[in-house]
Amino acid sequence: MNQITALDKTVQTNKTKISARNVNVHYGDSHAIKDVNVEIEDNTVTAFIGPSGCGKSTFLRCLNRMNDTIDICRVTGDIQIDGENIYDPRVDPVQLRAKVGMVFQKPNPFPKSIYDNVAYGPRIHGLAANKAELDEIVEKSLRRGAIWEEVKDRLDAPGTGLSGGQQQRLCIARAVATEPEVLLMDEPCSALDPIATAQIEELIDELRNSYSVVIVTHSMQQAARVSQKTAFFHLGNLVEFGATGQIFTNPEDPRTESYITGRIG
Amino acid sequence: MSDISQTPSQIATAGKAPSKHAGSLLAQSPHTKKRNAAERRFRAYGMAAIGVGLLMLLILVTTIVGRGTGAFQQTYVTLNVELVEKKLDKSGTRDLAAIKKVTTFGYAPLIRDAVAAKVAELGIETDLKPKALAGILSKDAAATLRAFVLENPDQIGETVEFRFLTSSRVDGYMKGRVSRDSIANDKNISPEQLDIVDAMVGAGTLETVFNLDFITGADASDARPEAAGMGVSMLGSLFMMLVVLALALPIGVAASIYLEEFAPKNWLTDIIEVNISNLAAVPSIVFGILGLAVFINYMHLPMSAPLVGGLVLTLMTLPTIIISTRAALKAVPPSIRDAALGVGASRMQAVFHHVLPLAAPGILTGTIIGLAQALGETAPLLLIGMVGFIASNAPETLADGLLSPNSAMPAQIYEWAKRADPAFYERAWGGIIILLIFLVTMNTIAVILRRRFERRW
Ligand SMILES: Nc1ncnc2c1ncn2[C@@H]1O[C@H](COP(=O)(O)OP(=O)(O)OP(=O)(O)O)[C@@H](O)[C@H]1O
Ligand SMILES: [Mg+2]
Repeated sequence: MNQITALDKTVQTNKTKISARNVNVHYGDSHAIKDVNVEIEDNTVTAFIGPSGCGKSTFLRCLNRMNDTIDICRVTGDIQIDGENIYDPRVDPVQLRAKVGMVFQKPNPFPKSIYDNVAYGPRIHGLAANKAELDEIVEKSLRRGAIWEEVKDRLDAPGTGLSGGQQQRLCIARAVATEPEVLLMDEPCSALDPIATAQIEELIDELRNSYSVVIVTHSMQQAARVSQKTAFFHLGNLVEFGATGQIFTNPEDPRTESYITGRIG
Repeated sequence: MSDISQTPSQIATAGKAPSKHAGSLLAQSPHTKKRNAAERRFRAYGMAAIGVGLLMLLILVTTIVGRGTGAFQQTYVTLNVELVEKKLDKSGTRDLAAIKKVTTFGYAPLIRDAVAAKVAELGIETDLKPKALAGILSKDAAATLRAFVLENPDQIGETVEFRFLTSSRVDGYMKGRVSRDSIANDKNISPEQLDIVDAMVGAGTLETVFNLDFITGADASDARPEAAGMGVSMLGSLFMMLVVLALALPIGVAASIYLEEFAPKNWLTDIIEVNISNLAAVPSIVFGILGLAVFINYMHLPMSAPLVGGLVLTLMTLPTIIISTRAALKAVPPSIRDAALGVGASRMQAVFHHVLPLAAPGILTGTIIGLAQALGETAPLLLIGMVGFIASNAPETLADGLLSPNSAMPAQIYEWAKRADPAFYERAWGGIIILLIFLVTMNTIAVILRRRFERRW
């Protein structure tokens, strides 16, 4: 079944995009991420799995410094993107986030028109010289978000008026419109029905051609279907990290095995 | 699940125990009856409470309307006055400087003659002297006449028709406030004068009409309640509100945005937060004395000036605006900020492009309510001298409006309520109607804004 699909995937090695060394995260006194080391490759979908509260989102948010917005959150260790430490004091987190886009668990379109939702990023980053270019970016992004056909006739309608699945695809289109190099997705399908989920999974597979994609998911099947690499988190520790096929068929750590079998069983 | 597993003995006995809900569903159990009775009682209390509230409101509104509407009516008498050249411009040169030398005192005889002529014309028989006849007119009449002549010197020598205010006693008689019995000991008016009034009413010379001057005019001295109006104090209030709006809105919004979106959460910001809430609870008179000490005694800003009043009210309104703005900002879901930051917007871009537009209706509502509070505030104005002062002219420029002494609507009402003459008392109620119309309008606008822009994210 799913393990088999995962096995089929050819595991090729790509160059390292993000490398995290000895990352620790504290929320006040609680230690949420403990000494995590991981290498995330370019043109690869990496899945983070693990039980609720194990720190998947926390670690994901370290990668684009969204944790900076939480006052009590303290991140230590070394996270490099293309060999540059993103926690270096010289790094402007805003510039970093243009490079490392994010899609959130709950679809969160701006309460503006569909067009403006997608155009917002390119506008603030000055990616389009004129209206025609901007139109082009918007169309391209909506196409990549697999939602162009559904919304092309009502680009002026509010993004919040779309269905949940459409909103999430709009958010993905919004994220790709700024042309990031890494796309972080925190449970992007948790609010979606199977059809919308399938559409987004297909989309993720396509996005792999241009980006390094990191996806947090609670669905083993989804991790097996879309990812090439899988990381299993447990109580703030990275228990196991490796090729998806190997993790799902032949896990080394007993905790990984019990989690996977317990859920898929 | 877990509590079942903790008490296995209960599971074992559950099957055998008789049902706790065995009775018929068609009959109410005593327990249900008791519960329903309690609910009925509670509803009755609630309705009674609302009933009492509505009754109070009804009493309030009928009292205010009943006592205040009189102020919007005023009694006037129409007279033909001959502007005798010999008296007004002896030289005959129409030289304004010379005409100005004639005081209102010099105009009194003209009015006396005009009343006497009118009485004769109407064929009213009376023993009263012209001076007593003129007593039915307001002391304002001569001033009205003089102002007209100074404005139109070319009319000297002509006979012009004027509508003069009657005295407050005659006005009160027309409105039913004054009766023939109640004036027994009143030296301002006599029954004979009232006979003249009755005759003039019959002839249509004397009538009670809508009183625009009450809304647009200035306050008047103690002896002329019939000439007093709210207009100038309304302007005083307007200039104060301009100051409050210009200062409290930007300062309040900037402070809230900083506190809510940028400031680190630590003991310092906690203290600031607590103190802002405390500030909102400080009695307004405290702000008044602070204004007196700081703005007037220390900074030497002019007494009684709307600028100072506005500054004091700004201090008072700031906490209201800050608290409501912060609430509006808090109500914007964090996911919107995440979304903006996630596409690489800076914090400031996230706030100004996304959060602020969503919070704007709430901020506006809070601001309007803060302004409405400030508009109705009296206590601090007492301390900075914006009461008891009679501003007779409407300010002409912005600087004049801000710096020259003035009153404000609530202070004006307080001032009138304090004066002895019942005619002023009526005007105080009338002033309350005007003030309430402003407040209700502002609150309605706030409600409409809130309704219209209520979020649909
Ligand atoms: N803003 C925060 N403040 C304090 N503690 C937090 C915060 N966010 C997360 N935590 C704590 O950090 C730990 C990891 O949380 P995190 O959200 O990363 O888990 P997760 O793996 O994403 O869980 P889920 O699958 O339920 O989303 C949890 O113990 C959580 O209580
Ligand atoms: Mg999570």
